[in-house]
Amino acid sequence: MAEIAKASARPRRARWLDARQLGSIATQLALLAVVGGLFYAAAVNAARNLAAAHIASGFGFWNNTAGFDISQTLIAYSSSASTFGRAFWVGLLNTLLVASIAIVFATVLGFTIGIARLSRNWLVSHLAGGYVELIRNVPLLLQLLFWYNAVLKSLPELHGSMTLPGGGFFNNRGLFLPRPQFGESFRFALIVFLLGLIATLVLGLWARRRQDRTGKRFQIRWIALGLIVVVPALVFAASGSPLSFSFPNLGRFNVQGGVEILPEFAALLFALSIYTAAFIAEVVRAGLLAVPQGQTEAAQALGLPPGATLRRIVIPQAMRVIVPPLTSQYLNLIKNSSLAVAIGYPDLVQVFTGSVLFITGQAVEIVAVTMAVYLAISLCTSLLMNWYGHAVGIVER
Amino acid sequence: MSKVMKRVATALAFALILAFGTQAASAQATLKAVQDRGQLVCGANGTLAGFGRPDPQGNWVGFDVDFCRAIAAAIFNDPTKVKFVPLTAANRITSLQSGEIDVLSRNTTWTMSRDTSLGIDFAAVNYYDGQGFMVRKALKVNSALELNDASVCVQQGTTTELNLADYFRANNMTLKSVTFATADEAVKAYDTARCDSYTTDSSGLYGERLRLTDPSSNIVLPEIISKEPLSPAVRQGDDAWEDIVRWTHYAMVNAEELGVTQKNVDDMMKSDNPDIRRLLGAEGKFGSGMGLTDDWAVRIIKAVGNYGESFEANVGQGSPLKIARGLNALWTKGGLQYGIPIR
Repeated sequence: MAEIAKASARPRRARWLDARQLGSIATQLALLAVVGGLFYAAAVNAARNLAAAHIASGFGFWNNTAGFDISQTLIAYSSSASTFGRAFWVGLLNTLLVASIAIVFATVLGFTIGIARLSRNWLVSHLAGGYVELIRNVPLLLQLLFWYNAVLKSLPELHGSMTLPGGGFFNNRGLFLPRPQFGESFRFALIVFLLGLIATLVLGLWARRRQDRTGKRFQIRWIALGLIVVVPALVFAASGSPLSFSFPNLGRFNVQGGVEILPEFAALLFALSIYTAAFIAEVVRAGLLAVPQGQTEAAQALGLPPGATLRRIVIPQAMRVIVPPLTSQYLNLIKNSSLAVAIGYPDLVQVFTGSVLFITGQAVEIVAVTMAVYLAISLCTSLLMNWYGHAVGIVER
Repeated sequence: MSKVMKRVATALAFALILAFGTQAASAQATLKAVQDRGQLVCGANGTLAGFGRPDPQGNWVGFDVDFCRAIAAAIFNDPTKVKFVPLTAANRITSLQSGEIDVLSRNTTWTMSRDTSLGIDFAAVNYYDGQGFMVRKALKVNSALELNDASVCVQQGTTTELNLADYFRANNMTLKSVTFATADEAVKAYDTARCDSYTTDSSGLYGERLRLTDPSSNIVLPEIISKEPLSPAVRQGDDAWEDIVRWTHYAMVNAEELGVTQKNVDDMMKSDNPDIRRLLGAEGKFGSGMGLTDDWAVRIIKAVGNYGESFEANVGQGSPLKIARGLNALWTKGGLQYGIPIR
């Protein structure tokens, strides 16, 4: 690679002076100026029109008291003390929460189904095929409404709540689990756990290097178990088991205490995960089929078991094909999370382009900010996935 | 789900118009635009019984609908020359700002911030309302003050959403609100017991209760927790048009005060009472002063009746809602409706 880069450097510098090249740059600068001018004119025009229509403009509202309540907040928020700006962050975090968990679920489910679809077992492959065809051909919004209205609302009411083993409740107001409460000395166990995790990673890296160099394998499994589970557990016990739970209990109207998972959140999570998983399954299937049959046969000829063939030979090569369309699916999922407005989950669109917009009436600013936020989230995701794609891509020798 | 999409689309379209369009030069000429079009475009509720929604035959009926018909009657002498646009609480203001509708007659609360920062003006309070709560009888709740820790379904983009938070805070109660984009969704969620209570303007509670699976097992709590003066609204900057909307309301109230009804309006033309003569255009040039005809009020009363008649027929004793006049009685009968003199 280095040689190629050096070789191509010289002629490129020569071409820089090329008249045609200069012309092309001038054209592009002109285009940039036109586009920039258009945006500027639009902004100025909008400001003038707003003033003419006596509509307030600007971001003065950002620090005003919000005054409305939000059903799920990851950061401290109160209707009396928090601002519209705070409400924006609450909504954004709720969007990121549901999108990131849904991405994990969709990926696991999608890979499982994609691989299952290629199974030699007739039942498994056809079940997976049926799932894909059923899910990806029904609009997401309908699926969301199905989960919310048909499934979650038909759960028992508060006073008929299902009691879960371990002291949780499950009803049409959501899922309520005991809230863990960590004692002072819990941090010792936590520190030992983190140290164990780092040690295992270092050890794993060393084992990989040694295997690459000498071909000798080093069984890390039991050591890892000891470092990550056994030692922290011993420390936890020695420090007096500093973990207790605060249990939810049934109040007059609602379950009080404990960790609360709203039905709106659950419905959105299910719908997004299950829907996107169907598309990811197809992406995975395409990726696996793109690996030549010869690779599998060669692996089998070398005596690798089927599991190792899939893990070590097929998937690494398939990832090259899988990652770019997988990125698109992640982006779709993030944007689809805005369907939250249909069921009252307080995501960015519901809170910010919903309540905040309709209380302040400043449509232009709020819609612009929201679009910019989705753009930023999507670009970050793409960047991360491109980086990952390079990392897992086959290094050609 | 077109409602949700429509809401974002309206905001987006409005942003685009602001960015690339020129502000309608017709800030002064809504009346002319309506006359040229041959039709009034009226923003209405669309789902609220008694106030504005299409009946099973597709004809729009309700108290707010009558008001738009009254304006159409004053302009065209034909109460059917109205196109109703169903709006959610969320997109109603944007629709008015962007010029999609000529007048907003959709149980909208007049507040200072709406009046001063949204580029709209409120014409006249045609319904004095207040926010209330509905609960299921089975909960055995007798007062809103017992709702500590209760889940409350509420519609987004309303003063209701703000009053709710204020009320719970002021009374040191914990609130679990569940916010929906439309009243439809909020009521449906309440009906499936996702919430213990549903809150909106009390007039709306009576209307929405009729849509529940079992209306009789739900009660409206006695507390009224806010002032909700509902008023039709117009774009700011067209004072002549605002006058027409405002005086349409006062013509109806004056008619009730003077005993002029849909039935007796023709006989009343011969009355000697100067107040009645001015209202009905037999004396003075009040209609033509607004760019209408002098019999404008006669047209209104013939089309929808006086204020009391419209009230009783749509939301009062002549309707399934059976709402008492209360604050909306005439000032002479202990209410707040007061006809500004026509002279």
